[in-house]
Amino acid sequence: MSLLEVEGISKAFGGIRALDACSVSVEEGSISGLIGPNGSGKTTLFNVITGYESVDGGEVRFEGRSITNARPDRVFEYGIARTFQLTRVFPRLTVLENMHVAAQRQGLKALLGRWSTSAEHRRALELLEFVGIAALRDYPAANLSYGQKKLLEFAFTLIADPSVVLLDEPAGGVNPTMINQIADRIRALNKKGITFLIVEHNMEFVMGLCASVTVLHHGRKIADGSPANVRNDPAVLEAYLGA
Amino acid sequence: MKILRIAGPLAFLAVLVAFPQIFPSPAITTVAVFTLLFATAATAWNIFSGYTGYIALGHAAFFGIGSYALALMCKDWKVPGGYLPFLLLPVAGLVAAAFSLPLGWIALRTRRHAFVVITIAIFFVMQLMAFNLHGLTNGSAGMELPIPIHWSGKFFNLPFYYVALFLLVLALAASWWIRNSKYGLGLLAIRDDEDRALGLGVKTGPAKLSAFVLSAFFFGMVGALHAYFVESIYPAFAFDPLIDVAVALMAFLGGLGTLAGPILGALILEPTQQYFTVRFSQNGYYLIVYGLLFLVIILVLPEGILPTLRKVWLKRWSGRGRSGPVESAEGAHPKMAIKMPQKGRVEP
Amino acid sequence: MQLVLDGIITGLMAGSIYALMASGLTLIFGVMDIINVGQGALVILGAYLSYLLQQKFHIDLFLGLLITMPLMFLFGLLLEWAFIRPLKRDRTTLSILVTFAIALVIEGVLGLLFTTNMVKLQAWYINASFRIGSFYIAYVHIFGFILSVILLGGLYLLLYRTKFGYSLRASMQNRVAAELIGIDVERVSAITFGIGVALAAAGGMAYGATSSFNPASHYDLISRLLVIIILAGMGSLRGALIASLGMLVVEDVTSVLWSPVWASTVFFIILIIILVVRPQGLFGQRLVRRQ
Repeated sequence: MSLLEVEGISKAFGGIRALDACSVSVEEGSISGLIGPNGSGKTTLFNVITGYESVDGGEVRFEGRSITNARPDRVFEYGIARTFQLTRVFPRLTVLENMHVAAQRQGLKALLGRWSTSAEHRRALELLEFVGIAALRDYPAANLSYGQKKLLEFAFTLIADPSVVLLDEPAGGVNPTMINQIADRIRALNKKGITFLIVEHNMEFVMGLCASVTVLHHGRKIADGSPANVRNDPAVLEAYLGA
Repeated sequence: MKILRIAGPLAFLAVLVAFPQIFPSPAITTVAVFTLLFATAATAWNIFSGYTGYIALGHAAFFGIGSYALALMCKDWKVPGGYLPFLLLPVAGLVAAAFSLPLGWIALRTRRHAFVVITIAIFFVMQLMAFNLHGLTNGSAGMELPIPIHWSGKFFNLPFYYVALFLLVLALAASWWIRNSKYGLGLLAIRDDEDRALGLGVKTGPAKLSAFVLSAFFFGMVGALHAYFVESIYPAFAFDPLIDVAVALMAFLGGLGTLAGPILGALILEPTQQYFTVRFSQNGYYLIVYGLLFLVIILVLPEGILPTLRKVWLKRWSGRGRSGPVESAEGAHPKMAIKMPQKGRVEP
Repeated sequence: MQLVLDGIITGLMAGSIYALMASGLTLIFGVMDIINVGQGALVILGAYLSYLLQQKFHIDLFLGLLITMPLMFLFGLLLEWAFIRPLKRDRTTLSILVTFAIALVIEGVLGLLFTTNMVKLQAWYINASFRIGSFYIAYVHIFGFILSVILLGGLYLLLYRTKFGYSLRASMQNRVAAELIGIDVERVSAITFGIGVALAAAGGMAYGATSSFNPASHYDLISRLLVIIILAGMGSLRGALIASLGMLVVEDVTSVLWSPVWASTVFFIILIIILVVRPQGLFGQRLVRRQ
């Protein structure tokens, strides 16, 4: 049983079938890649898994349990976190406040208490240091550069200790030095037991990082396996280079 | 600096408490009562609209509901004028809150523009109900509230003033607590990016609704106190769209989303408005001046006084200004040692 | 039954007038993303302008439109330039406050110039009606209906057959993309606002010919217009037309069957009910969860 499974998912927007009986599975403890030409349905798949879109058919399973069409906040509570292709942080809140939005404490008492306990504060700082932007903690997130926002988003996705992290184009629009830093951090977190599913266009990044890769085209899975196999799969080559 | 934070508000409170003793003239204390009422309303409005970013322009409905609730209670239970009606204020507030629960739930199913309009629609429905339900509300003839006949002319305003001040302190305390709580952070996150907040576990639906109901509760109490103060109400007066506009303007002027902003806005605008009503008694002028004032404020200070001051202050203090993007983090150390965060959930 | 049909007919007539006013409002929203809460006041302003022309210069109401509409168009351009364009942040919210302020000023000025007494536009065709079978239809209603058809038809032609209309529709769908393909969105916005105000002038004349009004009438008017365009789905012209006709028919039928007093309440309650079931309005786009 895979940690995260998507089976036979279909999703259409008007006449456009974004996902067409798509099935993908993610093994626990892996770093998996999800690639495909533009419009192949990768981000829609993320949206469907995390509850931002409803499905027309099919099932999403996490730890064996069905979580199809669960609301985004429930999905987050199950332990699935995600980042967005166009980085979404909270612009008018400071970097530190951004870190604390993600729910860690539950219950009414926690809600009415201070927005940050000392233990949470420490953890937030730890994560900020991990991604390297701890010095910016009191600045409004709007003032950060694009790369720094990406790091911030990465950091606060981690704060509630997710089991699975879905990264949508973590290397997009980022300079090569930082791409390596991001890859290193993903590896380090993976060693600690966090599973990653990464959508990316940067092939070097994906092939170097991911143990298994799934390829989508027109909303369907057309190949999966190790990076080497996928790279040479004729169907994949045709999808990217062909008609 | 910290001492200023505590001493400042306390000093201000002391001034407010002493105010009627220093300026006992009923003309002045009347304006003061209205100002306090609007300051409370603006603070309460800010708890919802300021923190969540959903602009509600129908809260005057709850003001009106509170007014009529108190009037009806006093009439049905034969409550005499005096201190007793003050005790009924929370009840009026609860009545307004009770109405706001289903109405808020409906309104919050929409976003942004549709939300604003539906709050306006709800307001008009309430106003029309007040007109139409003759049996209950006496229609356009309005209702009367008990008059505290035992209070002398000079004394009359004082109880109202202090109760109003109490309401303001209550509202401000609520606003302060929320702002510093996890709940408040959730509200602010909703303002910045609601769907993102949802995806991080923030319960956006209950959060918005509870803020809505809380602000309606205060509006109900303010409306009730206002009704008791002016001694009689009728539909167009208790359900007055200009209340919403005034409250919104006060909050915007002072700084939407700040703690003290709405109060500052009320302190500036309400006395001004009272002055205009007296000075430009011919209705036409009053509206023109009010409208123009409005326009000037919005165009000149779109962010409000406090946030603008804060920006200026920050620029002065930090020289280069802390507003620019900071280069430090990335690229400084290409192969930074990775400090691993501790795994495991945080114990509170 | 006769009564119901009567209600339906009056509703359709009144609805066509509201459609005229509402289309301006929804157009402005669609292109500029702002809610012009002052549209009601602009309608009343148009009504008073027609009143002035008719009282002072004895110009027929419909002919007077040839003066009031261009005048109001220019006024709209001025308003947009002076008060809407400077808004940078928080445009939607601030525009509500700004346009409301404009409405207040207009109300105040009109009150000074014309007092707050109720007035009604005069003409030979007001208060005169003709018969069709067992129904009486007021001339003014028919003329108003025809006016709406002409103007809305003209609007349709403008939107779908001219280059400007193309730019307008593009700006409505995607402002940024429109800019990128070379459309001067600012100019389109200004002109759209002008058109919206000009339509308000026409609507004002028709409204004033069918109901009495005073400067404070704009509250009632704008609240209904807002309900109509929300119901329609903001930005949808087709929706505005259908919703206007629909709502007014419902209101007039309710008025006939039940009571005039409750008729206006029904108006708002319908909105609330529909929004519970369908928050995006009848014809609107669902606010898709942003990616």
